[in-house]
Amino acid sequence: MILRYFKYSFNDILKNKLLNTVAIITIVFSVLITSSIILFFINTTSILNLWKKDVKIMVYLSREASDGNINEIQKIISGINGIKDIIFISKEEALNILKQQMKRQFSLLENLKENPLPNGFEIHIIESFQSWQKTESIASQIEKIPHVEEVEYGQKWLARFSGIINIFKLSGYALGILFFIASVFIVANTVRLVLYTRCDEIEIMRLVGASDSFVKTPLYIECVLQGAVGGIIGLILLFFIFKSFISNVDQGIISELANINFFSLSELLLILICSMFIGWLGCFLSLKNFLKT
Amino acid sequence: MSNGNNENYLIRMFHVYRRYGNNTALFDISLDVKKNEFVFITGPSGAGKTTLLKLLYLGEPISEGQIIVDGINLTRISKNNIPLLRRKFGIIFQEFKLIPTKTVFENVALVLEAADKPARFIQKKVASMLRSVGMEDRQNAFPLSLSGGEQQRVAIARAMAGDPKIILADEPTGSLDAESAEQVIELIRGFNARGSTIIITTHDKTLINKTGGRMIYLKQGRLWHPPNQN
Repeated sequence: MILRYFKYSFNDILKNKLLNTVAIITIVFSVLITSSIILFFINTTSILNLWKKDVKIMVYLSREASDGNINEIQKIISGINGIKDIIFISKEEALNILKQQMKRQFSLLENLKENPLPNGFEIHIIESFQSWQKTESIASQIEKIPHVEEVEYGQKWLARFSGIINIFKLSGYALGILFFIASVFIVANTVRLVLYTRCDEIEIMRLVGASDSFVKTPLYIECVLQGAVGGIIGLILLFFIFKSFISNVDQGIISELANINFFSLSELLLILICSMFIGWLGCFLSLKNFLKT
Repeated sequence: MSNGNNENYLIRMFHVYRRYGNNTALFDISLDVKKNEFVFITGPSGAGKTTLLKLLYLGEPISEGQIIVDGINLTRISKNNIPLLRRKFGIIFQEFKLIPTKTVFENVALVLEAADKPARFIQKKVASMLRSVGMEDRQNAFPLSLSGGEQQRVAIARAMAGDPKIILADEPTGSLDAESAEQVIELIRGFNARGSTIIITTHDKTLINKTGGRMIYLKQGRLWHPPNQN
């Protein structure tokens, strides 16, 4: 029987090409937009987590600080509660690191008469202290130490960035839900139009003894297929957009920031199941009242 | 109401009414139809002939009274069992009611597909039904390319394909020329000879006189003569 239902579904799809195309295109857009929002959030969240994991404080010392002062500062900082490790970076080392990072713009540094960079410390904080308030308290303690010229840490910026991402997330969810509802509505209307065009046919089928499931099942298959096709096309499009985005952005920046990834296989399957569910729900809503009489 | 063994009756109607709001289309109809009987329901237009047929296969709900078809009480039947009830009938409509987007073969096969018959059986059965109505050469044609007589022959093949116990024909010759009408009635008589019970609505007196069989007369929704002529 199931093969017969599939045969009916394929025949219906071929007979109602325009309606089915409209439904599929809607699902494609819905999947494309919601998936790209999800992909953006997955990657920004993973970048944020990566940055949050490795909270470090940079301490820049004044030029007047002697070797003795440096040793003393290192001792004081090591004694502060919450410090995991402290690494001294001399101004020469700092210049070398800068040269490595600048790569192509290396020649700009060639003409420097003297090293403009200060001596400094790179301080890592133990995980339980990695909150904005605790980092700030450690930073303010360090700032008070003599010969410390500047204390720099990314937490404040990260906190603001997380806030912005959360607002984006909320609007993303709202947009996703909106597109989901729009797709269900359009699929439901497509099915309704198909039902109206086939009203007589369905009546005849029922008069000759066809059960409701005989009438409904091919329509459900048709809608779930619409969902699957729309989902697959949407994801393929998203993959190509993602690829072209990655290839247009400087690879160096990407590897510096974090690994930007496309969806995993299980995430892809989940999106596909969701788009098939859109098809099913659209069909369910329009059939709910149609065969009651 | 006829007396006799209940098993001889395929259809029994007890004080049946059909109302549409304040209008009553059928009043207090009680009648029996025996197995293998050939029955005409006749009367002027608007007398309730088609409504009476529709009540038998629950094309319309019964407002009051009881109808028993082949042992099934239609007032107590569950929604899920309505398709099973309808498979007991082969229904022939005046306007043929063939699906225009399906071929002749597919239209006849639909009844068997709905009853979940295997594909090979459907293939053989449909071919044999089309042969019996002389439409085997047109099995790939679409209904709209056929004449009225041909379409009605396909409709008869479809009605008979599921080997129904009862054939209901609503004005089956109403839109056909005399020659086609005669062919259609001959086909129906042939099925009656093979054991099917036939109920035909018509207001064609000549057809009734020529064919023979019991006549039930309806006028303004009431039985005009008691149905105990046989």
